[in-house]
Amino acid sequence: MSKDNQILEDLNSKEYEHGWSVNFETDEAPIGLNEDIIRWISTKKEEPSWLLDWRLKAFKIWQGMTEPNWSNVNYLKMDLQALRFYSAPKQSKKPKNINEVDPELIAIYERLGISLNEQKRLQGIAIDVVLDSVSVATTFKETLGKLGIIFCSFSEAVKEHPELIQKYLGLVVPMTDNYYAALNAAVFSDGSFCYIPKGVRCPMELSTYFRINAANTGQFERTLIVADDSSYVSYLEGCTAPQRDENQLHAAVVEIYAGAHAEVKYSTVQNWFPGDKDGKGGIYNFVTKRGICAGDHSKISWTQVETGSAVTWKYPSCILKGDYSIGEFYSVAVTNNFQQADTGTKMIHIGKNTKSRIVSKGISAGKSQNSYRGQVQVMKRAHNARNFSQCDSLLMGNQCGAHTFPYIDIANPSAKVEHEATTSKIGEDQIFYCNQRGIATEDAVALIVNGYAKEVLNQLPMEFAVEAQKLLALTLEGSVG
Amino acid sequence: MLSIKNLHASIEGTPILRGINLEVKAGEVHAIMGPNGSGKSTLASVLAGREEYEVTEGEVLFQGKELLPLSPEDRARKGVFLAFQYPIEIPGVSTTNFLRTALNQVREYRGQEPLDAVKFLSLMKEKMALVEIDQKLLSRSLNEGFSGGEKKRNEIFQMAMLNPILSILDETDSGLDIDALRIVSNGVNKLKSDKNATIVVTHYQRLLDYIVPDFVHVLYKGRIVKSGTKELALELEEKGYDWIKEEVDSTATV
Ligand SMILES: Nc1ncnc2c1ncn2[C@@H]1O[C@H](COP(=O)(O)OP(=O)(O)OP(=O)(O)O)[C@@H](O)[C@H]1O
Ligand SMILES: [Mg+2]
Repeated sequence: MSKDNQILEDLNSKEYEHGWSVNFETDEAPIGLNEDIIRWISTKKEEPSWLLDWRLKAFKIWQGMTEPNWSNVNYLKMDLQALRFYSAPKQSKKPKNINEVDPELIAIYERLGISLNEQKRLQGIAIDVVLDSVSVATTFKETLGKLGIIFCSFSEAVKEHPELIQKYLGLVVPMTDNYYAALNAAVFSDGSFCYIPKGVRCPMELSTYFRINAANTGQFERTLIVADDSSYVSYLEGCTAPQRDENQLHAAVVEIYAGAHAEVKYSTVQNWFPGDKDGKGGIYNFVTKRGICAGDHSKISWTQVETGSAVTWKYPSCILKGDYSIGEFYSVAVTNNFQQADTGTKMIHIGKNTKSRIVSKGISAGKSQNSYRGQVQVMKRAHNARNFSQCDSLLMGNQCGAHTFPYIDIANPSAKVEHEATTSKIGEDQIFYCNQRGIATEDAVALIVNGYAKEVLNQLPMEFAVEAQKLLALTLEGSVG
Repeated sequence: MLSIKNLHASIEGTPILRGINLEVKAGEVHAIMGPNGSGKSTLASVLAGREEYEVTEGEVLFQGKELLPLSPEDRARKGVFLAFQYPIEIPGVSTTNFLRTALNQVREYRGQEPLDAVKFLSLMKEKMALVEIDQKLLSRSLNEGFSGGEKKRNEIFQMAMLNPILSILDETDSGLDIDALRIVSNGVNKLKSDKNATIVVTHYQRLLDYIVPDFVHVLYKGRIVKSGTKELALELEEKGYDWIKEEVDSTATV
């Protein structure tokens, strides 16, 4: 019997490490979704009327839309009317700085392995944490403030920088874009906002950490990153959720705007609860992420390591509008047990001499399904557009699936588009070679998988890369005999 | 140290090893020769624990204990090393990273602390000098795009790093140029002690000029059909295998 077959027999998923929840008092919206709920959220957040109007408009649009079913995932439709659309940890007053944050919240982050103080001290990463729906703490605000960098919760930005929010909100991902984007626009609760002024290079990694805690809540955060001309920022996003039997919905929107000569690097390590080994529970992760290279010579680079969620539906994309702009997408998506991932990217070449690069590494184990869906579109005036796509799939066992759906759409004959795809299995001879040097099979798999994903992991900031490597190993633990 | 008794092994129902007997003592070097397909690599793989081979009869004692029930990684941790005839490529994993993982797992098994980066590096430097391997090679993906000779040299480098008790070198000489053969052989000789032993599988006397064997065995059709001292290798070089084959095949039919 081959090792591959044993993989299947011995399948047992590693218990999800972050699967705990904490009981503390919350401010919750009534269950269900209607105009009144939206008004409730907006009032709760003391929002200006322009934002309420914007939400209500999105809600109307959403009501006229139907849930998309073109992706290669199967799941029971969620009853949105049974969800709670807002849940915030109750705090007596708004924390002004990290020292005023509820110690119980801090304890949560520590259990997540992200002690804020430690983060602050050791890594010099500014971090904003979104628990359930509300952004709780933003560190390093003063340091960044001196450079004119704004990094705060979305709600705060609405109050403090309404002109920026009004200018950029929905610019890259309009509320009409898709079902989940419209839903997010109607009910989004909080998120992070970041603005880098002209010519400023952000001296530290900016980081958001999302966690869903309460039961039966959807999490709908919005992230908006604006990099003005000639600026640079590297932005990190991490996610976890407690282990629950029922499915939870996560429908976020991320918008990135890059001015001329600006560069934005956006890295995600997604580790939402994937459901148990029988496929029960887990997060539905339906996310719209898009960036626009608005100015000439701008660059947006997406790097994602997707290990969690029961169902992932996510296509970080780049609109390459400025001439000589560059879009990049580096992705590792691992699925095990009954997980389903349909992920990829869209590169839309509008400007001249625009370039895009796609490196997608899928890893499937168990009975999971892993799809890459990518579109490269070259518009008529995009002379000399270049794209290179590399889509690799690694299979572990023979009950899982890997699928590649590349769409190429070229309206300018000077375009050069290259697509390479490979499918491989972890070889028994590779595992034996590792074994022969004293490496246990499980560690051999981790080593081989990390090697396979290296090109993508290399794109991550150092400390994130280490975390991502551990996560890959953890996700696949027990998947080889 | 190693005692192989009446070892039979088959793959997918086809018997390949058909009663191997071999005694190897600490401090000894044994050469195994024999025509293509006679079962040399199979013997090496069975000793290392490759699962595809089914042992149908016989036993193997290593340092007085049964070897065959152990997993391949535990055999390695106890000091069995196989330099592969065809080393395997692992894309994206450098030799350095690979060896660090391996060495620390071996150390953990033996109840030793893992080596920190500094100590590991200095050990690497020392062993690199032994087989004159280029550091650049060690940071590339393991065996990927390595030349034939580079792969073989890398195997011996790994052996030096892991410091095994029993080393089985499966045609390590093939693919090495004349200078490399001398360098790698010198490396193997320097690693020799009265506590470890080496089995070299080879087709050529040339290697045995450098790594001088105490015993030479001829494997044919899954059995050791002739054993002798280093002079046997010279005789084989001169006369080929036909005379042995005839000897064996005629006695078999009688
Ligand atoms: N999967 C298999 N199915 C059937 N026969 C096999 C299989 N694998 C190996 N063999 C056979 O086992 C025999 C012994 O092979 P082995 O590799 O041990 O020979 P060797 O002595 O090392 O030869 P060489 O000198 O060419 O390296 C060969 O005849 C080979 O074809
Ligand atoms: Mg052989």
